[in-house]
Amino acid sequence: MSEDILDTVEFDDEGFMVDASAWTEGIGQAIAEALEVDLTDRHWLVINYARKEFEGNGEPPTLRRITTQTDVSMKEMYKLFPGGPAKIAANIAGLKKPTGCI
Amino acid sequence: MKTLLILGAGTGGTMVANKMAQELDSQEWKIIIVDRDEAHYYQPGLLFIPFGIYGPDDVVKPKRDFIPRNVELILSAIEVIEPEKNRVRLRRDNQVINYDYLVVATGSHIHPKETEGMLDGGGWRENIFDFYTPEGAAALSRFLKFWKGGRMVVNVTEMPIKCPVAPLEFLFLADWFFHERGIRDEVEIVFATPLDGAFTKPRAAGILGDMLEEKGIHLESLFNIGEVDTKKQVIRSWDEREVDYDLLVTIPTNMGAEVIVRSGMGDELNFIPIDKYTLQADAWENVWVIGDAGNAPTSKAGSVAHFMLDVIIENMLRHMEGLKPLPNFDGHANCFIESGFEKGILIDFNYEVEPLPGKYPLPGLGPFSLLKESPANHWGKMMFRWVYWNILLKGGEMPFESQMDMAGKWQ
Repeated sequence: MSEDILDTVEFDDEGFMVDASAWTEGIGQAIAEALEVDLTDRHWLVINYARKEFEGNGEPPTLRRITTQTDVSMKEMYKLFPGGPAKIAANIAGLKKPTGCI
Repeated sequence: MKTLLILGAGTGGTMVANKMAQELDSQEWKIIIVDRDEAHYYQPGLLFIPFGIYGPDDVVKPKRDFIPRNVELILSAIEVIEPEKNRVRLRRDNQVINYDYLVVATGSHIHPKETEGMLDGGGWRENIFDFYTPEGAAALSRFLKFWKGGRMVVNVTEMPIKCPVAPLEFLFLADWFFHERGIRDEVEIVFATPLDGAFTKPRAAGILGDMLEEKGIHLESLFNIGEVDTKKQVIRSWDEREVDYDLLVTIPTNMGAEVIVRSGMGDELNFIPIDKYTLQADAWENVWVIGDAGNAPTSKAGSVAHFMLDVIIENMLRHMEGLKPLPNFDGHANCFIESGFEKGILIDFNYEVEPLPGKYPLPGLGPFSLLKESPANHWGKMMFRWVYWNILLKGGEMPFESQMDMAGKWQ
């Protein structure tokens, strides 16, 4: 059923949502399922924080920003979102790919 | 009498002092520059110290020599900046300076403490070294002189770092150095980086990645270090990958100055949020930031501070006249990358345009090849030390524009 939701959403070449404002919790849930991430309260804490940050300054937060502004540690971030925590959290939160660095 | 206060007498602060001393009427303005120590290091030169190309004395001069006579230099640490009250309190005698305009040029510094086991694991400056400080570069030089070989790992802890090409230059020079010493076969060289390739920008990353491969340097990408395990001599990533080392050359976490934290002016890495096009601080209109103290998403390097100079000066002068600042800084960076065996590469890029191959036309000296090894680029790099001390710091005319030019670049 969740796959139906994703059919209604526009993604870029790397699988990030084109329009962050079209995101809903249901879409977040569906993206997480597609990425094989089982969402817990801790995941949601990060996702909601990332969305709030993005609304504030138009950029998804860096990993360091997440771990200094929430009580989620670096180690926990890698457990919650294995592979690339800041990137995967942004992906599930319906945000663009973090630009990271220069 | 009005006061322009500059914090930090490194590359950015010194250039601003020189330019503003020419621009502002000394009957009307007092210019003060504060720094905690007397020595000005030519930071690009630190790279050459581990390999004995430069000695520590070759990269340092007194700061005072570069500050114009009508600018007051105060040697003191800074206790706190109070931007709401337009004042700064110094450590020395608790002196308070009230300012009309403030330029922050307090730079960025390495923080090995941010990584578990790096500073406190017993290996620091035994077989773990940095080359971003004069002491670290000198200690590594002593180590390398007698090293018999083994596995050398160069690791970037996290981005952003000052001069993002320096780790690559270190690798290329190390390859050359071990060849010269006749022990290249005894040394395994590994580059562990949090990036997904050799560099941050795709086309340059491809070309530089090929060069690493040609030189037999192994790339360990997407490696986010979590700790140094000095017992096992491995660095371990947050996702539990291990890379073993005999010699670890680290580029630790880079952060803005401590005084920025104490003053509550920075982001999570102590960098001051600024408008990346005008260089004005987001939160205070009479506070301006040059170089790596700010959070502009461009390279944290001296060349960038140089390209910021004309923009920040013009914008401050405009602001003093009640005009709006112009969004003229384009993120321009320009770096000679030393690639070993007396060759170098030149890259030129900005916020929008990644480094491209082609030719860089420089009147009288060039053209220099872009994104391609050449002996001329090496000599450009070596000559630059003279240019830095004699022209750049003094705010003299340089033969290139602040904004990037597409002339000669292949798209």
